Amino acid sequence: MTIASLNNATQVELLTLYREMLLIRRFEEQCNALFLQGKIPSTLHLYIGQEAVAVGVCAALRPDDYVLGTHRPHGHALAKGVTSRSIMAELFGKVTGCCKAKGGSMHVGDMSVGMFPAIAIVGANAPIATGAALSAKMRGSGQVVVAFFGEGGANEGAVHEAMNMAAIWKLPVLFVCENNLYGASTPVSQIVAVENVADRAVAYGMPGVIVDGNDVLAVRDVTRTAVERARAGEGPSLIECKTYRLCGHSRSDACNYRTREEEAEWRDKDPLLRIRKLLTEETGLATLSDLEQVEAEVEAILTDAIQFADESPEPAPEDALLHVFWEDK
Amino acid sequence: MALMTIAEALREGIREEMRRDPTVFCLGEDIGVPGGFGGAFTVTLGLSDEFGHNRILDTPISEIGIAGVAIGAAMTGMRPIADVQYGDFLFCMMDQLANQAAKMTYMSGGTVKVPLVMRAPVGSTRRGSQHAQSLEAFFTHIPGLKVLAPSTAYDAKGLLKSAIRDENPVLIFEHKLLYGSKGGRSEKGALSPIGEVPDEDYTVPIGKGAIRRVGKDVTIVGKLLTVYRALEAAEELAKEGIEAEVIDPRTLIPLDKELILESVRKTGRLVVVEEDNLTHGWGAEIAAIVAEEAFFYLDAPIKRVASLDTPPPFAPPMEAYYLPSVERVIAAVKSQF
Ligand SMILES: Cc1ncc(C[n+]2csc(CCOP(=O)(O)OP(=O)(O)O)c2C)c(N)n1
Ligand SMILES: [Mg+2]
Repeated sequence: MTIASLNNATQVELLTLYREMLLIRRFEEQCNALFLQGKIPSTLHLYIGQEAVAVGVCAALRPDDYVLGTHRPHGHALAKGVTSRSIMAELFGKVTGCCKAKGGSMHVGDMSVGMFPAIAIVGANAPIATGAALSAKMRGSGQVVVAFFGEGGANEGAVHEAMNMAAIWKLPVLFVCENNLYGASTPVSQIVAVENVADRAVAYGMPGVIVDGNDVLAVRDVTRTAVERARAGEGPSLIECKTYRLCGHSRSDACNYRTREEEAEWRDKDPLLRIRKLLTEETGLATLSDLEQVEAEVEAILTDAIQFADESPEPAPEDALLHVFWEDK
Repeated sequence: MALMTIAEALREGIREEMRRDPTVFCLGEDIGVPGGFGGAFTVTLGLSDEFGHNRILDTPISEIGIAGVAIGAAMTGMRPIADVQYGDFLFCMMDQLANQAAKMTYMSGGTVKVPLVMRAPVGSTRRGSQHAQSLEAFFTHIPGLKVLAPSTAYDAKGLLKSAIRDENPVLIFEHKLLYGSKGGRSEKGALSPIGEVPDEDYTVPIGKGAIRRVGKDVTIVGKLLTVYRALEAAEELAKEGIEAEVIDPRTLIPLDKELILESVRKTGRLVVVEEDNLTHGWGAEIAAIVAEEAFFYLDAPIKRVASLDTPPPFAPPMEAYYLPSVERVIAAVKSQF
């Protein structure tokens, strides 16, 4: 069944988007709990509140397209298809992790599904994305590359150089700015003089698009347009997703730099509430029991992932010596 | 066999590898612009005639971008050769080299490779402080990078080919006074060694040093230009009956430790000569290795000859005073007897 107001999204598509968003939400909530239990030894930057961005963007990509994440990468990785098991095991510091316990939370990735090891130097992934897009163009692979970064990251020189180079060479790359209003504790109004990060696109000679980052269908649709453009050889786009982090910046953050009122406002705009409402009240595409079934599937995936991570072996200390250089297998 | 300068040998190495492998390409500032320089020291001169401007790719003046683009391309099936106009600008791209290129294979648990080459001219050549530094020690200190320092035309081509075929990020330091660049890009005071370079395909293995002069009394280790300073000093010392062995490690990471240790075990003396400034430098590392692993073979304290701990000065008399001269090498050796 399709409904015009849904931009032709079908029930199956919508439930898939919901499942992916819920997986990220529940994954992150579990991470928080596991961190408090001492199971996850690292710091964590959780993606709670921004799920519609990663899921909406990745829904517009091909499996062989590339994504470059940030210091807040669990959502990017899950949306691109890295398994819950391999990410969870990585967070636990186990050899079965997607980076064999060498990466940790801030570097999760799996090139076999197009997810670069995430890059935790803010903004540094952008020129690498431009390079991957140059490579895609040179190889004629038709692949598109997405670099995610925050409104904080948008102020790095690396991002500026990357966007300019992508634009002059008309490379198939999307610069997706997740504007969640804060970079750690600093509000966007203090660090950006223009109203929107996307306003800068004109300076690079590429389209700048602003989208409600809590609306997964809207994100998917603007991404589709940018992807089509990129694949047609017309060059990069800058997409700014307006969103909000519904959790602290990292593991210990009481969020004293923002008001409880503002948080409450954004909790009402929670992207998961939104898609649930769309599926049920607004379109009647799904019943509550349909949603419960999705929720049960997600819980099963996570229970399995946590058990897998828990039971996986730790690396031997001397494994630290491996992989400084590439080793042929 | 053909006689070539280092710039020519590098150019032929790039040409052959680009013919052999369609994934190899060059990027950098002013490397292929028609009527331009062919890179700051003419290494890529004329290559765009054969390979076009997509594979000899001129970039904006964006060093972070150049390094990042090379990394992204290398991680997705290409083999970029990036050209930084002056080694000093490596500092502009330090994050991309030190945090990204060097760590990607490691952080990914060995699942990702970054086969890129970054070529960087070094050496003080009357351009003041910001176009003069020898930066090798910064990069030999970063696990995950391979670092090469060819001093002959044969090695330049052979090592470059090995670097291009290597699956890791490789930095090649080239000395401005050794290129033999011609025309408007030639350098005052250049040595421009010309050497025999085979026509057929060959590589020089990464991790193997070379003995440039055999001697029994003292080991002098140099790299790039200081290999030639050491050789000149050795000729002078020979007149006074001191036979110096001159070692050129050629590759700094990985280092052919054994070649150096073997020589010191024979001679009992070590002098390290480098153009980097002295403190916390590469020479200190070589000295430490020998002190740790061949201490009981030493007949005299190890000596380091390096540039002074100042930024490179401009005026020729100050620059000459700052650099490790042949005289300082001779004095260091004599102090050991
Ligand atoms: C180059 C660099 N500078 C600073 C940091 C420390 N840091 C980590 S996340 C962060 C805030 C980033 O803000 P933003 O880009 O908006 O992303 P968000 O955390 O909001 O997702 C900072 C300052 C870093 N990791 N890298
Ligand atoms: Mg932010």
